[in-house]
Amino acid sequence: MATNNSFLPKSSDMYELIESFLQAPTYHLIFEALLIIWIFKLIFFSTEYRPESVLTEKEKAELIEEWQPDPLVPDVDENHPLLQAMEKNIISGKPDKYVMINNKSSLNMATLNFLGMAGNAEVEAAAIKTLKKYGVGSCGPRGFYGTMDVHLELEEKFAKFMYCEEAALYSYGFATIASAIPAYSKRGDVIFVDEGVCFSIQKGLVASRSRIKWFKHNDMEDLERLLLIQQDEDKKNPKKAKVTRRFVVVEGLYFNHGDICPLPKIVELKWKYKLRLFMEESFSLGVLGANGRGVTEHYNISVDEVDLIAASLENSIGSTGGFCCGRKYVIDHQRLSGLGYCFSASLPPMLATAAIEALNIMQNDSSILQRLRENCRKMYDGLSMISGVEVMGDPLAPIKHVRLAEISDNRELDMQTLQRIADHAMENGIAIVLARYLEKEEHKLPPPSIRISICFMIGIKVKQSERPRTTNIVYRHLYDITIDRNDKSERVNWNKCLFP
Amino acid sequence: MAGKTKPKNGMNGKTNGINHCYQNGQNLQNTPLKDTFIETFEETPLSTAILTYLGYAVLVVIGHIRDFLRSLGIEKIKSCTEPKLQGYVSLYQSWESFYTRNLYRRIRDCWNRPICSVAGAEMDMLERVSPDNGWNFELTGKKQHVLNFGSYNYLGFAENKGPCADAVEKSTMKYGVGCCGSRQELGYLEIHKQLDELVAKFLGVEAAATFPMGFATNSMNMPSIVGKGCLILSDELNHSSLVLGSRLSGASIKTFRHNDMEDLENKLKNAVVFGQPRTHRPWKKILIVVEGVYSMEGSIVRLPEVVALKKKYKAYVYLDEAHSVGAMGPHGRGIVDYFGIDPKDIDIMMGTFTKSFGAAGGYIGRALINHLKLQSHGSIYSCTMAPPVTQQIISSMSIIMGADGTNEGQKRVQQLKWNTRYFRRRLHDMGFIIYGNKDSPVIPLLIFMPSKIAALGRECLKRGLGIVVVGFPATPIIESRARFCLSAAHNKEMLDKALGIINEVGDMLSLKYSRTIPPSFSEKDVELLL
Repeated sequence: MATNNSFLPKSSDMYELIESFLQAPTYHLIFEALLIIWIFKLIFFSTEYRPESVLTEKEKAELIEEWQPDPLVPDVDENHPLLQAMEKNIISGKPDKYVMINNKSSLNMATLNFLGMAGNAEVEAAAIKTLKKYGVGSCGPRGFYGTMDVHLELEEKFAKFMYCEEAALYSYGFATIASAIPAYSKRGDVIFVDEGVCFSIQKGLVASRSRIKWFKHNDMEDLERLLLIQQDEDKKNPKKAKVTRRFVVVEGLYFNHGDICPLPKIVELKWKYKLRLFMEESFSLGVLGANGRGVTEHYNISVDEVDLIAASLENSIGSTGGFCCGRKYVIDHQRLSGLGYCFSASLPPMLATAAIEALNIMQNDSSILQRLRENCRKMYDGLSMISGVEVMGDPLAPIKHVRLAEISDNRELDMQTLQRIADHAMENGIAIVLARYLEKEEHKLPPPSIRISICFMIGIKVKQSERPRTTNIVYRHLYDITIDRNDKSERVNWNKCLFP
Repeated sequence: MAGKTKPKNGMNGKTNGINHCYQNGQNLQNTPLKDTFIETFEETPLSTAILTYLGYAVLVVIGHIRDFLRSLGIEKIKSCTEPKLQGYVSLYQSWESFYTRNLYRRIRDCWNRPICSVAGAEMDMLERVSPDNGWNFELTGKKQHVLNFGSYNYLGFAENKGPCADAVEKSTMKYGVGCCGSRQELGYLEIHKQLDELVAKFLGVEAAATFPMGFATNSMNMPSIVGKGCLILSDELNHSSLVLGSRLSGASIKTFRHNDMEDLENKLKNAVVFGQPRTHRPWKKILIVVEGVYSMEGSIVRLPEVVALKKKYKAYVYLDEAHSVGAMGPHGRGIVDYFGIDPKDIDIMMGTFTKSFGAAGGYIGRALINHLKLQSHGSIYSCTMAPPVTQQIISSMSIIMGADGTNEGQKRVQQLKWNTRYFRRRLHDMGFIIYGNKDSPVIPLLIFMPSKIAALGRECLKRGLGIVVVGFPATPIIESRARFCLSAAHNKEMLDKALGIINEVGDMLSLKYSRTIPPSFSEKDVELLL
């Protein structure tokens, strides 16, 4: 029997087996028995081998009963200082050169109305004229009867003004660059971004789902270092490199810092490392360059060197919306792929004509830009003379971030110090605000600052005669900048602002 | 109706055909929907589906042949194309540009038609010609006066005269055109405060905040409500702004089948019971995101059931009323008003001002506003709403609320309801496949075949009717459709004229696919006010 079955040992072997079994010490047998039990346990009782535990309906119901979600949003104290400030600082009338807060007229150095277009009578007249023809809303996205002749006119005007082939109009400034980036850059692509970019760019980056490489703010060496790393990676994996688009995204004039990007160097790197350059010009449009064309004009660089320029119409132009401009083959793509372009109602026509009119005014009278530049320089000089604070950015920038010279570890404390300065300034008839950020969401949170924005209409005179007085206390005397026009209310004593 | 005991909200071709859905609480005993809730989604006829696929196949084959000819240089490319740059990866994916070049380009004239008048019940369209089959367009300078069934002008507030326009003019003089500042940085005018308070009162909620762009209201605020460790349960047909907002928030996203409450309940239950994948920690919070009226389907969210589920599973509801606020409900207060639900049962009420109010922008309402004022991207990083737009909303909203002392608002609400029923009824009777709810002012008419998209759009325009046609990728590939948006500004003559044109073109293009008995409802139970 055993001969037929090769699986069993021969009978003689069998005998030996039983023999050795009988002779084995007891502890050995116990050990083997335990091993067998253990194997059984592993197979039938181990959690790893058990089929997934099935919850009964009752257990599920209990779990559902037990689960307590977090509150929808955290409770906000009604007396939160920011809420209070918002309630307190409600503006009546136009936020023009002067602004009425709590029935008190203050010089407006808070809103981003650099060219005074918000509050310009000609712009208003143009808007009202359009209102009487088109009503207010466009009642549809661009694709579905929301395109009006004034939108086409505005696009054409801006394209011509910027020396570009084509411009696409968005109905909201924030959505412009935030929609433009993900229209081109997709998953797997690489974007090199300056750390100092504004929030709307940051959101565009998140929406694109591309790989983001941050370089130090305005540090071209750091950018090149990252580009070299990328080049190495590409050499290692040429197949992947063939389908990876590379973008570099910068701001023309950084909103969070007030400085200008080194465009010539960026353009050089762009060609060297085959990048596509997107530039956000919301704060340089209508400010930099002899005719207000922005950073390209400022550096005298052809606009064709930049692949896409995006800008908001909510600052210098004083309307609502934004536009992207560049070569036709680049911009036309957004008309089908820019989410904010396709899926949103178009800009109300009266705001489009307001923008057209503002652009006309800017083009016809370049002295406005001249005066703005002078003001910016003077303000820079004046602010830099104050000890105890530091003014950031380029002298030509219409936004000045004023920071404490000695920044403490406690951000909250610094904010309070600055807020006191702002409050006193407000009491003395100058409206200035702290730059606000979503502190937890910014990629790199800028240090606290007062953001002063400059309108071309303000008269600024810096007294050169007085020397800054320094004392040993934490924050020192602020030097007087006398804002000088005939009007007395514009005279501000910054000393008073700090020491009531 | 279709002989099935358990009707599902059958999307096309997937389940049963026409259905009088959800009569008296078949699925959820605790929240019976009214038996007046009639929604139809007729199945695509098989032969039509095959022909449609065939149509696309032909287009793709011809497209490839022409691309081949173009690469040989035999056929000229008449649009600007990306120049070949040494060492650069091409900016666009090839499939994407293939579709635009070979399919979309042929029928491009059906979209982006420029107009040069108010987008009211009628509009002036600028005539365009394309000398090269859709590559480029030129304006001829001529105008065409057409009926407007394409704009979202539900209550007819797209007007260039009348009380709203007068008030807007005054406000423009008083407040100017722009604000140049964010809510936290001195951009908050008293007119904004007035609007915020009015919106809260209109909706019947504690507080509201307004933002200058409807799309951005969703995409900028969702990230301040949910984040990592939270779950978003989103209807598969939600608008792109909700999808973007969900993505930006960093929360996990799951979609449920359109308006399918069983699917939603399953996913809710699993989410609560099993928690987060891999870690099995419980979700921090679960947010159900739905729209009031779905603008491509014409369907209405089954809100009472959503509210019941939300209560049962302690989830939160985000309701986007972009197309329903103003247009739905006996008082024009949206889908909540339509179902008679307490607004306090909805956690986040969102809506836009573009459609019913003839303005632009959006709002968010409920108790969470203080949090949003501090944390929303919109209150810190972007400019506040333009004063003229703000005024337009205040004026039109006051009229809808009857605060102007007339019954003008109520009249418009009733007129829209009557128009909707009348128009839908006639289209059903003519034998078209019409999707959606009997009370939804967005009316999709199924076209199916790609060539008919353009044919319908062009033929209607020729006869003086401006409509919206949509195809892939905005719809599933075989479900191309035309969409009519009704308005209280349309009168019966206009509706009849439009119906006449649609009937004629429908016969010409054999669009009358419907093979089922039309649902029973009529305009007769809507009372028109004088």
